[in-house]
Amino acid sequence: MSSTPEKPGKNSVQRSGRAKPVWAEGLRRMYDEVVDEQLPDDFVALLKKLDKSGDSQ
Amino acid sequence: MTASNIPKNYDFRTEMTGVLPHLRAFARGLCGRPDYADDLVQETMLKAWAARDSFQPGTSMRSWTFVILRNVYLSEARRNRFRGDYDPDLAEKLLSQPAGQEDGLHMGDLRAAMMRLSPERREALLLVGAGGFSYEEAADIAQCAVGTMKSRVARARRSLEDMLGDEGEKGGRSKSRAVSHTEMLADLDKVASL
Repeated sequence: MSSTPEKPGKNSVQRSGRAKPVWAEGLRRMYDEVVDEQLPDDFVALLKKLDKSGDSQ
Repeated sequence: MTASNIPKNYDFRTEMTGVLPHLRAFARGLCGRPDYADDLVQETMLKAWAARDSFQPGTSMRSWTFVILRNVYLSEARRNRFRGDYDPDLAEKLLSQPAGQEDGLHMGDLRAAMMRLSPERREALLLVGAGGFSYEEAADIAQCAVGTMKSRVARARRSLEDMLGDEGEKGGRSKSRAVSHTEMLADLDKVASL
């Protein structure tokens, strides 16, 4: 798959600044609201579990 | 152990952790249900972790994991059709929150409209409109031609504008908002009485 490099952990997304209808703003907000949420505990727990199961060198 | 082309300090886990918020946002947009979306993302994390050797550092972790999430979502949808209890209006009710009222577009209306789009168009709009992917990147993720992605986005936009009417275009009209909510509540009553 061809894909472009992206900085890890970067939560904001670059978008074109061209004027768009109101719903387009709403759509971005819908997405960004979830992005800005704190990661639920079970995700943190799963990450720890993966760490232990993986190559722990 | 064996030498590989993965840099020594490369931390897959850190990079995957960085894109988790995006995976959650994409998943929630796809299926419309926060709880189910998080299940999808956790399944995606497990699959991504298992396949981590095939990820090429320096390429987009977000694109790579989105492909996995998409596949998880599609196979789940095929297998049990959201456990048979999916309903757009019910989903909208669950997600409804008093956000965005100041600019005239009710977020609940937008969510409901999104869930009424076909899955392909919803996905296209999520990737390009919400996620900020280019058409090329989005086509890559959805495994379709760039032209197909462009036409899906265009059609999705038109459908959305039709459904949202003046609200979606100019932002304002509490009347149509009130109507759509009345209709939504009526639909919910129907669902509840089944």
